[in-house]
Amino acid sequence: MSTAAKISVRGLNKAFGDKKVLDGIDLDVMPGTAMVVIGGSGTGKSVLIKCILGLIEADSGSILIDGEDVLKATPARARALRSQIGMLFQNGALFDSLPVWENVAFGLLAQNKISRRDARAKAGEFLAQVGLAASVGELSPAELSGGMQKRVALARAIAGAPQIMFFDEPTTGLDPIMGAVIDGLIVDCVKRLGSTSIAITHDMASAQRIGDVAAMLYEGRIVWTGPAASLLDSDNEVVSQFTHGRREGPIQMALRR
Amino acid sequence: MNAVLSPVAALGRAVQNVLGLIGEVFIFALSALSHLLRPPFYWRRIGRSVMEIGYFSLPVVALTTLFTGMVLALQAYTGFSRFNAQSAIASIVVLSVTRELGPVLAGLMVAGRAGAAIAAEMGTMRVTDQIDALSTLSTNPMKYLVTPRLIAGVIALPLLVAVGDILGVMGGYLVATLKLGFNGTDYLHNTFQYLRTDDVVSGLIKASVFGFIIALMGCYHGFKSKGGAQGVGAATTSAVVSASVLILGLDYLLTQVFFSS
Ligand SMILES: Nc1ncnc2c1ncn2[C@@H]1O[C@H](COP(=O)(O)OP(=O)(O)O)[C@@H](O)[C@H]1O
Ligand SMILES: [Mg+2]
Repeated sequence: MSTAAKISVRGLNKAFGDKKVLDGIDLDVMPGTAMVVIGGSGTGKSVLIKCILGLIEADSGSILIDGEDVLKATPARARALRSQIGMLFQNGALFDSLPVWENVAFGLLAQNKISRRDARAKAGEFLAQVGLAASVGELSPAELSGGMQKRVALARAIAGAPQIMFFDEPTTGLDPIMGAVIDGLIVDCVKRLGSTSIAITHDMASAQRIGDVAAMLYEGRIVWTGPAASLLDSDNEVVSQFTHGRREGPIQMALRR
Repeated sequence: MNAVLSPVAALGRAVQNVLGLIGEVFIFALSALSHLLRPPFYWRRIGRSVMEIGYFSLPVVALTTLFTGMVLALQAYTGFSRFNAQSAIASIVVLSVTRELGPVLAGLMVAGRAGAAIAAEMGTMRVTDQIDALSTLSTNPMKYLVTPRLIAGVIALPLLVAVGDILGVMGGYLVATLKLGFNGTDYLHNTFQYLRTDDVVSGLIKASVFGFIIALMGCYHGFKSKGGAQGVGAATTSAVVSASVLILGLDYLLTQVFFSS
């Protein structure tokens, strides 16, 4: 570690029962960089960021945020360190019992940063930042299309001006154009806030649009890191097979278990 | 030797599982209750849950207790007219409803209605990552989702049962006066003649306990659900079944505590 990493993961292990999902993850994300983590479905990408967020308890290893190990810190300190992370969940995870504006302003209301009266207007501003009209705020999440839900979820994630942002498969399930739009919004938001980010994806176009650096997760470990721009011409066999979607190579898809 | 021991081992494992489950529910409840005294307090959520559990269950509880009162009057009449003890009918109706049938039937009805709804909503929130999303937005899911519902259950059920008690007595009154030809004033006089405050209060306390159990089972099973739509369905079933069984069991225990002396 030359300059201090914003997030530094060392030897992270996580197993569910006797199934090892993370098997000694090492990962550094430098301040202000956008990291993309690529890897096949079910390789533990979501588990990795949920461990960093504290939503899943890691078995062993260390997770340093700003140089402090959240796994060893007191619960209150760990919560404080993690409170600077904004998260965009894979399927949005909008609160379907609340209108859109309350979803967007949820974090601000929870921290008493604004009154309920101001929240509506404030939510309108964040909705505008993701290209939605303020009137969308009055709708319920169920009334929105998938792309709009992703935008609202993004607005909710950026509302707290987080220093760190996680995006879990932000474009999965969207058409290519909407995917590109969401990627553009993500890049804008991260740049505007000057945040450090980790995005999970298995969409190569998306990875190159939003990432500065990339890491490949395979069999529970990070097997390759490098510039995101070099993903398609990496000479690592695992990466090359994955990014080009070849059937032959070191990655053997488990068709049955 | 294994063949002999295996049923014993199976029994041991089952007991172990049940004890483990009870412990887990207990810890879940304690953790939710630990938020009672620590701010922030989600008043708005409590109000919403009282509406969900109480107000929207009013029709079904009203219907149940009204018919129960009516049937009780009819049954008591066919049973007791042989002994010329018609004045006992009013007492039978009011005591059965306030002490026993009001809280138990309301509890079972609300378990089926609101308990299932709580488990389904919470389970859906779990499998769609909404509960995780709460944590990432500086909100403790236990405090935001569970504690308000437990409070609401404790408040809403006694209110429902109070209304149910009145309707149960009214059901008995209707049958006694319109069908059996009793004098209305006499019937009401007989109703309140032997009724003590304890009879009503014990029923309301039972209702509070049942309300807590219904909300707890709904929240616990919803919170722990996994595996998509099927998991949510299973959580809903478990919530209703476990709440119903606990209501019946606790009813016996509470009755013994209140009336054994
Ligand atoms: N809460 C959990 N309980 C048990 N197994 C889990 C849990 N969460 C994830 N897994 C398992 O861990 C593996 C990795 O999951 P995940 O991180 O969601 O994959 P992905 O890389 O597609 O995001 C999967 O095989 C999944 O079944
Ligand atoms: Mg995933």
